Amino acid sequence: MTGKDTSMQAQRMDDLFALYETMALVRQAELALVRLFADSEVPGFIHLSVGQEGISTGVASALQPQDTMATNHRGHGHVLARGMDLEGFFKEIMGRAGGLCQGRGGSMHVADLSLGILGANGIVGAGIPIALGSAIAHSVRRTNGVAVAFFGDGAMAEGVLHETLNMAVLWKSPLLLVCENNGWSEFSPTSRQFAAQLQDLSAAFRIAYQKVDGNDVMAVSEVARRAADAARSGSGPQVLECITQRVRGHYEGDPQKYRDAAEMGLAADADPVQRARAALLELGCPQVRLDEATAQADARIDAAVAAARADALPDFPSALADVYTPEHAG
Amino acid sequence: MTATPKQPGEMRYAQAVCEALRDAMQADDSVILLGEDIGAAGGSFKATRGLQESFGPERVRDTPISEASIVSAAVGAALTGLKPVVEIMFMDFITLAMDALVNQAAKARFMFGGQGSVPMVLRTPHGGGLSAGPQHSQCLEAWLAHIPGLKVVCPSTPQDAYSLLRAAIADPDPVIFVEHKGLYARKGLVDTAGQAAIGQARIARAGRDATIVSYGATVATSLQAAQQLAGEGIEVEVIDLRSIQPWDRATVLESLSRTHRMVVVHEAVRDFGVGAEIVATVMEEGFDDLDAPVLRVGAPFMPAPFATSLEQGYAIHTESIARAVRQTL
Repeated sequence: MTGKDTSMQAQRMDDLFALYETMALVRQAELALVRLFADSEVPGFIHLSVGQEGISTGVASALQPQDTMATNHRGHGHVLARGMDLEGFFKEIMGRAGGLCQGRGGSMHVADLSLGILGANGIVGAGIPIALGSAIAHSVRRTNGVAVAFFGDGAMAEGVLHETLNMAVLWKSPLLLVCENNGWSEFSPTSRQFAAQLQDLSAAFRIAYQKVDGNDVMAVSEVARRAADAARSGSGPQVLECITQRVRGHYEGDPQKYRDAAEMGLAADADPVQRARAALLELGCPQVRLDEATAQADARIDAAVAAARADALPDFPSALADVYTPEHAG
Repeated sequence: MTATPKQPGEMRYAQAVCEALRDAMQADDSVILLGEDIGAAGGSFKATRGLQESFGPERVRDTPISEASIVSAAVGAALTGLKPVVEIMFMDFITLAMDALVNQAAKARFMFGGQGSVPMVLRTPHGGGLSAGPQHSQCLEAWLAHIPGLKVVCPSTPQDAYSLLRAAIADPDPVIFVEHKGLYARKGLVDTAGQAAIGQARIARAGRDATIVSYGATVATSLQAAQQLAGEGIEVEVIDLRSIQPWDRATVLESLSRTHRMVVVHEAVRDFGVGAEIVATVMEEGFDDLDAPVLRVGAPFMPAPFATSLEQGYAIHTESIARAVRQTL
């Protein structure tokens, strides 16, 4: 092996390790939510992205600080990979005063405008045209930014996707449309829900389209970087279809009686975190380093959960007084 | 070069809207316009005429016929540093954009814990009188006034069209700016230095015997009724609400405390309308001032019909307002 090969391999290992650290954080945070939900420490309901961390992590690695994103109900991975404060995240989902949204939004509306996170969304597909508007703002304001819309395959049946594709092409908007295709529209297989293919839909609008194995974080990172760069440099919208698996149910606690054991076994086998781990071991990364990454994520999560438990409950009068910008409330 | 302040001049309501947009865009680069045929065509009612020539197609953006996504895009643009003003060609078409308004624009500030606001304006004309039929004539402002997080204004004069639109664009929260198709050609003196605050009513005519509360095009009809009643020796006060959400309870209740009689008039369907809210508030907060039941005048509970003869039956006339006032005396 030449010195150049060795240094390229070292670089590859460093890149993959950084992605692995983020995926481990997302995975461990969601597994913590599973326990908190089971113990009734999380009110309402949550939608987990376990098994889809390769996409959130890979796409986030391709973004720049000025970029923005609108995500969906299954959005924990997107916001954590973007760097959302872990304490603010857990406090929000556990309904505490110090939550990023002061306990008013919860899992389905977690947002951090300072990081360009324009919110998770409880309405399927709604983030797609919001991201288009954000892309318009990037163009008008010359920010050199890109807006990302994360959506699932279920959102392909929403009209706003089709409207957005059309407008984004007409205006060459710097918009990256990331479809996480896990094969399930809530409780129904997508094959029974959507008659077309995203590839064909993109072709109809002459939008650059790429399909990628969403459980290969390195591949997602590379493809997303190229797509984001293209959108940034004026080539117009880009569609990225990431094929993945939904390991847990539509919502946490979903018994998933509509899925068979073999298909669910395949989903578990495709685990992007385990795949990255195996690849890192093969590249010569010591196992202890990988275990340490997970342990560090767990320690950060434990601290955030402890802080959330200790935090006050949100104050009702201040929520009531904040429906409008206070000095303009009228 | 010294800027000379514009002299107050006479202009049509549609021109006043256009001038407010022009002045706001000149004052602030972050103001952009989105809508169907607002650019090259100047808008269905010519309320954006000439703006694309002045500001270019990027800031005065002709959109496809995609109401849902246009309004959602305004939300995203507003969250990313712009102040978008969207035109929805007829108020009836907001049905297509209700998710954007109700679930996104109205709630973003609150559900994100006050991290930011959604400084957008949605301009749209309501109202009948043009034989435009059931899907191009509706007054749907009560729906939007029912949604916490939205503001709803409805100017009745060219001056208010100008001043309230400037106030709406300057407002950090989403504002629904309801124009009236029948008012676009109405002329009036407009002072572009004049300011209006959202939530402040205007006493359009002073009187001592009864109060009419109205907004939009029926303010003029109410003033005609007041004129007619004056001939009968009945002096009616007419309040132009100007803003529906928030609305000026203080001015309405203060007037009631002097006149002790009230009629609420709007072009929208009477049932479950803005009038119901006003009447309920008057019952709760002004009961002791009342000498008669508060009456409502509004469209009958039916879709707006097409044929001119049918629409005449649907519309609010001077005589129906005058009759209601007499009933309270």
